[in-house]
Amino acid sequence: MAEETAAAEQVPPSALELLGQAIASVSGITGYRIESNELVADAARDSLLDVMTALRDDPRFSFEQVMDICGVDWPDRVERFDVVYNLLSVSLNQRVRVIVTTDAVTPVPSVHTVWPVATWWEREAWDLFGIIFSGQPDLRRILTDYGFEGHPLRKDFPMTGYVEVRFDEDRKQVIYEPVKLTQDFRSFDFLSPWEAMTTLPGDEKVFTERAEQAKG
Amino acid sequence: MSETTVTEIGTSTRTVEFDSHSINFGPQHPAAHGVLRLILELDGEIVERADPHIGLLHRGTEKLIEYKTYMQAVPYFDRLDYVSPMCEEHAFALAVEKLLGITAPDRAQWIRVLFAEITRILNHLLNLTTYALDVGAITPSLWGFEEREKLMEFHEAASGARLHANYFRPGGVAKDLPAGLTDKIAAWAETFPNFIDDLEGLLTNNRIWKQRTVDIGTFTAEQALAWGFSGPPLRASGVPWDLRRAQPYDKYAEVDFEIPCGRNGDCYDRYLMRIYEMRESLKIIKQSLAKMKPGPVKVQDRKFTPPSRGEMKRSMEALIHHFKLYTEGYHVPAGATYTAVESPKGEFGVYLVADGTNKPYRCKIRATGFAFLQATDVLTKRHMLADVCAIIGSLDVVFGEIDR
Repeated sequence: MAEETAAAEQVPPSALELLGQAIASVSGITGYRIESNELVADAARDSLLDVMTALRDDPRFSFEQVMDICGVDWPDRVERFDVVYNLLSVSLNQRVRVIVTTDAVTPVPSVHTVWPVATWWEREAWDLFGIIFSGQPDLRRILTDYGFEGHPLRKDFPMTGYVEVRFDEDRKQVIYEPVKLTQDFRSFDFLSPWEAMTTLPGDEKVFTERAEQAKG
Repeated sequence: MSETTVTEIGTSTRTVEFDSHSINFGPQHPAAHGVLRLILELDGEIVERADPHIGLLHRGTEKLIEYKTYMQAVPYFDRLDYVSPMCEEHAFALAVEKLLGITAPDRAQWIRVLFAEITRILNHLLNLTTYALDVGAITPSLWGFEEREKLMEFHEAASGARLHANYFRPGGVAKDLPAGLTDKIAAWAETFPNFIDDLEGLLTNNRIWKQRTVDIGTFTAEQALAWGFSGPPLRASGVPWDLRRAQPYDKYAEVDFEIPCGRNGDCYDRYLMRIYEMRESLKIIKQSLAKMKPGPVKVQDRKFTPPSRGEMKRSMEALIHHFKLYTEGYHVPAGATYTAVESPKGEFGVYLVADGTNKPYRCKIRATGFAFLQATDVLTKRHMLADVCAIIGSLDVVFGEIDR
């Protein structure tokens, strides 16, 4: 095992690693890592617009496309939201994932001036998570109902929601009512203490074999 | 509604009158390809602004998936883009496999390639024929649906369902192909080029069809890139980009096919791309049938894939594995991945965040049509009202995936 790591050090850094180093040199990028063979870069929220413009226009990166923008909610953190930008360069065939963090009140600079397609994804992140984007002229809700309240993909929003909709035959209109469940939503806890010992004595070989298979 | 604006310039007064109407296109318009409410601001019959309102089919798929095990999440993907169900499952299966660090066996990968291409033809047949229907040609849809029926039978033979297949699973496919199916597919692949010729005979050089689509909804390569286009609409604008070639997954690196690329980026080129892609898909289908060898169709690790029925009757361990897989499911190590496949419509991606439990922490679905539909405002600007149907048809939008 020690020999293997020594050999790995001698191997020149991979293309992904080099790209990561280049991206890390952009001011505003606070760090990078490689996760399951994908490049992930963290960016500072305030300089996001400069970072994105550099990533699009610098010939080393030329990320012409933003394929996806989405939020992820981590309620335990101080800045609970991740905003994830998945960029793609069709000319250099490379991808990078840029992540900035924010909370429920701090706005993230909108990138719709860099890629016009960002508007709808920012609207979606606002709608589903309540992430605010500054400089975005069109921050309407997009997926939920007209007049919907709350941000449904937050972890503290119940899956069954708060209101249900039906057509009222007497009033001849669609009405909203508090949600009534005949049976509570059941969510089972599978993190049982029996799982504490994930590798039983004598089973270690299975895991090392699996790891090797995944590598090779 | 007519508006009168009075503007004062210096001392003289100029009166500008403009006549603008707002109309609701949909949500129940047959050419809206689902439940699209498109608010059009018109100047006479010219579209000034298009504001698509989506979300009428929003089912909260991403939220639901957070409460389901990885195996239970697969069927939700069929219901996204219900026209190309297996390609959507493909993205999710690949994402989960990546996080688990497992690779599907060779035969499973070939079956996935085979069915991804059958699904591609299935999708293009529906899109092209209904697109023609939107601009007034009825015959292609009548012919195309007959051909789709044959392909749905292949779907049914492999998975048991015509549409909502639940066939591509993390770790392989649900079950092996039934005996004789590959022969049937091979026989069909011989006859299908004739159908494409017939379809082209109806449309490609049809004077009315060309008048309705050539130079309508034009997008340059730069525009297409900026608006997040992918798949046939991006290639129609002259960007030769295909994930099957650029970032191959499963066995796509081992098949030989060409990537058609357009020049004008108009509705007609988007139509041509799909016609050519069907022919290329046929090539891939033939190659995968030839290269497919007998073997296991799912990972042989019982922690991830269920044992066979027969095994369960004899082995206690297999029974326990089966029970655990179908109640608790497998735990996916913490991590995140953005995995994308070339679905018939374009790049379909899954951003999957796992936290080490048996349920996804977050599963963002990158719907292809979401980006296309957003561009309708730019694409339809200063076009006639009737061209809106042609443009929406050429973008191939399905609301199952856009609204999620």
